[in-house]
Amino acid sequence: MQGKVRVGRDAKEDLIVELAPAPGPSEIQLESSVATFYGSRIREVVRQTLAALGRESGAALSIRDRGALDWVIQARVEAAVHLAFPEQSGREALPALLDGARFEVPRDRMRRSRLYLPGDQPDLMVNAGLFGPDGVILDLEDAVAPPQKLAARYLVRNALRAVDFGRAERMVRINQLPRGLEDLPAVVTQPVHTILVPKAERGADVIAVAARIRELTERTIWLMPILESALGIENAYAIAAADETVAALAFGAEDFTRDIGAARTDEGRESFVARSRVVLAARAAGVQPIDTVYSDVGNEAGLIAATREAIGLGFDGKGCIHPRQVRTIHEAFRPSDKEVAYARKVRRAMAEAEQRGDGVISIGSKMIDPPVVARALRVLGLAEFYGIPLEEVSR
Amino acid sequence: MSRRAKLCENALGRQVPLEVNGRAQTPFAGVGRFRPGGHKVGPPIPSNADFGNDKRVKGGLREALERSGVRDGMTIGIHHHFRNGDLLVVPLFDTLAEMGVKDLTFAPSALFPCHEPLIRHLESGVIHHIEGSMNGPIGRFCSEGRMKGVGILRSHGGRFQAIQDGDLHIDIGIIPAPCADPTGNANGVNGPSACGPLGFGLADSLYADKVIVVTDNVVPFPCLPWEIQGQNVDYVVEVERVGDPEKIVSGTTQITRSPTRLLIAEYVAQLIEEAGYLGTSFQAGAGGIALAFIQFMAQRMRARGVSAPFARGGSTEHLVRMLEEGLIGAILDGQSFDLAGVASLRDNPRHVATSPFTSYNYHSKGNFASQVGVAVIGATEVDLKFRANVVTHSDGLLLHGIGGWQNTLFADCSILAFPLFRGRIPIVVEEVMTVCAPSELIDVVVTERGIAINPRRTDLLERLKGSSLPIVTIEELYETALRICGRPEQPVRDLEHPVAIIKWVDGTVIDSVFCVGG
Repeated sequence: MQGKVRVGRDAKEDLIVELAPAPGPSEIQLESSVATFYGSRIREVVRQTLAALGRESGAALSIRDRGALDWVIQARVEAAVHLAFPEQSGREALPALLDGARFEVPRDRMRRSRLYLPGDQPDLMVNAGLFGPDGVILDLEDAVAPPQKLAARYLVRNALRAVDFGRAERMVRINQLPRGLEDLPAVVTQPVHTILVPKAERGADVIAVAARIRELTERTIWLMPILESALGIENAYAIAAADETVAALAFGAEDFTRDIGAARTDEGRESFVARSRVVLAARAAGVQPIDTVYSDVGNEAGLIAATREAIGLGFDGKGCIHPRQVRTIHEAFRPSDKEVAYARKVRRAMAEAEQRGDGVISIGSKMIDPPVVARALRVLGLAEFYGIPLEEVSR
Repeated sequence: MSRRAKLCENALGRQVPLEVNGRAQTPFAGVGRFRPGGHKVGPPIPSNADFGNDKRVKGGLREALERSGVRDGMTIGIHHHFRNGDLLVVPLFDTLAEMGVKDLTFAPSALFPCHEPLIRHLESGVIHHIEGSMNGPIGRFCSEGRMKGVGILRSHGGRFQAIQDGDLHIDIGIIPAPCADPTGNANGVNGPSACGPLGFGLADSLYADKVIVVTDNVVPFPCLPWEIQGQNVDYVVEVERVGDPEKIVSGTTQITRSPTRLLIAEYVAQLIEEAGYLGTSFQAGAGGIALAFIQFMAQRMRARGVSAPFARGGSTEHLVRMLEEGLIGAILDGQSFDLAGVASLRDNPRHVATSPFTSYNYHSKGNFASQVGVAVIGATEVDLKFRANVVTHSDGLLLHGIGGWQNTLFADCSILAFPLFRGRIPIVVEEVMTVCAPSELIDVVVTERGIAINPRRTDLLERLKGSSLPIVTIEELYETALRICGRPEQPVRDLEHPVAIIKWVDGTVIDSVFCVGG
């Protein structure tokens, strides 16, 4: 048994829980900005959480709440109990599972944008799905300060159960290995699609994560290793091909530039080779290459340019650290009218060649190679996704 | 003082008192139903024989108040153009307290957090009650039933209406001014405390028995422009500083960075275009969504090559830029929210000062609030019947004044835009705590989780068919909020003890604010 513990943040839609071991039935002292409306409900949620954890007695809780939702209150109380009584951390207090939280995503689903959400900030999670990212990442790694790591794990677990992220792919970035392996039990049995493995450096890192996941669940959970060191880049293909559950390979520029001793620049020459190698390794292994985040939140033009550049290099997606970046990235991925028009031409030529029973596809006098056909079909697939008419609109 | 009030049900089924602070009240009868009778009131007829050209009072505010004949039970009016940078109201009541005056009615056009020290004068009885806006600690003071009299909340237009109709008689009108001459001509655009228009002080200058202009910047006659005319002014008082310019304009003109609010603002702009209102005149405000939607709307106006004939401000640098770019034909300004707004009002002939008389007064021969195409405003609550609250928080405490809110609802399309819940508290509720506007004047509710259109607006529903906007019913919004936040408990109120009344724009009583707690 430890002394008094304290978890949570003094922030809106969050709460601070202080817990001290005390004899007798557990007591709850509550101060809340929404006491008039939810005072008795909060007490009830805390009591139920304590009961689920077998702590109806022996704890004195002092709670300062600023409008946290039930699942946040549950996570904070559970974290406090587990920190104060680490010897009995076998039990869980799970919030109700949201309808529609569980759905499957294919391995090659659209991953243009993935929105990072700090794993310790519930107020940013609740609305994240409204911005329509292809994926949300509940981040247990860099966005969470070391003292909050454990509390964030409960918060992320509860968010996966209780928050409506819409149709976004539900991702969790675990901590760097080996600590990251300890994050897995709390999350992989919840509605999560994909685990991001930070600072992957060897195929063995991926294999370790995949093996641990298989011990914990029978469901397929996709992996997205993040390469953010020189060694990771050197082993890019081995990492991408390490396990059949790897769905994408991501690049992390910030740590990478630090690792090679360079400064990060807007032009990104210092990471050009590395990014290209991520694309090559990913394509060679048949997984999606995903580019780093763009961190200048206020610079929309810069984000557009960076995304276009990533597309030009062959990436399938870009990271976001702010919801406002999502739509900009999606717009950048939209195929241009010119691209769509050309792709339509290629497809028409293909159909004509087929009718002729001829293997040679040509537009005018120009022969069209199979990679160009493949590219055209990709563009048309994207066009369909964006709702661009696949047939030319007659004027 | 009796805690029980005789209540009756008004046309919306709300319980309202028939008498408040000794004056008979008329219950709300429906929009446009009540017809006033009689004539407007007027101040006593003065004579030039009693006035010199230099009306400056050497003994400061105290002497001006003494010479105005201040005594127990009088009503003191003041405008709020200095917003949270006001430096006059608290010393004014300190002075009145020193003079031993009590049971005053205070009738400001609005109050701000800086006015919290007035609580000591409410407690001591120097102030009997407030007719204006009550928020923050003063709102709590009133809501807990600690004010001697019953508070009266009016819109900006309603304040002008009440003064001209004689429902609110101002004995002494105080007009703080950034610039004035010794005769009392005054404006708000020049001087170190420039604040923009002085329109909220117009009614006081026209109808108060005594009018005192207070300034920190006396210029030789003529003070031009003369938005307040010296012919209405009794005394001019010089003070060291009349307002703190930084606080006059602070905080409200930064475009929000909240992604949720920006999303709501984008929905609003898209809705305006798809509902056919792009290029019509609009109401502009400061802060949050009201400011942000203008940016998105401006982008759409540029893309379509349309411009709006005028914008009703709240002027800000953003609105000024649109005026200069030609996206709006004129700014009809009620108050300036930043220094760019003040400068433009001073220098640009297409940017003009307005008063609640021209813009909002319901007892006039038409006002231009009803010529506005779209108004985008907030609310503290809206209910399943599309009735809205802007004064009380759902815990029953007075939180905001009405401001121009009721008046702007007369725009062709009024849009309430807000996050569906704030700090866990749902904004779409089953029944609002306090009705400040009836449902026929609320057209659209825009939140980050869906847009509800008042079923009365079949034309809007028709035009928005097939839109990519998340159009839902108000019931769906309500259910969504409950699902995320949980069902709130109801606060305890004493429904026999009204602590304030809410006036509709025609002076009738639309609802009561009841005492909170036990």
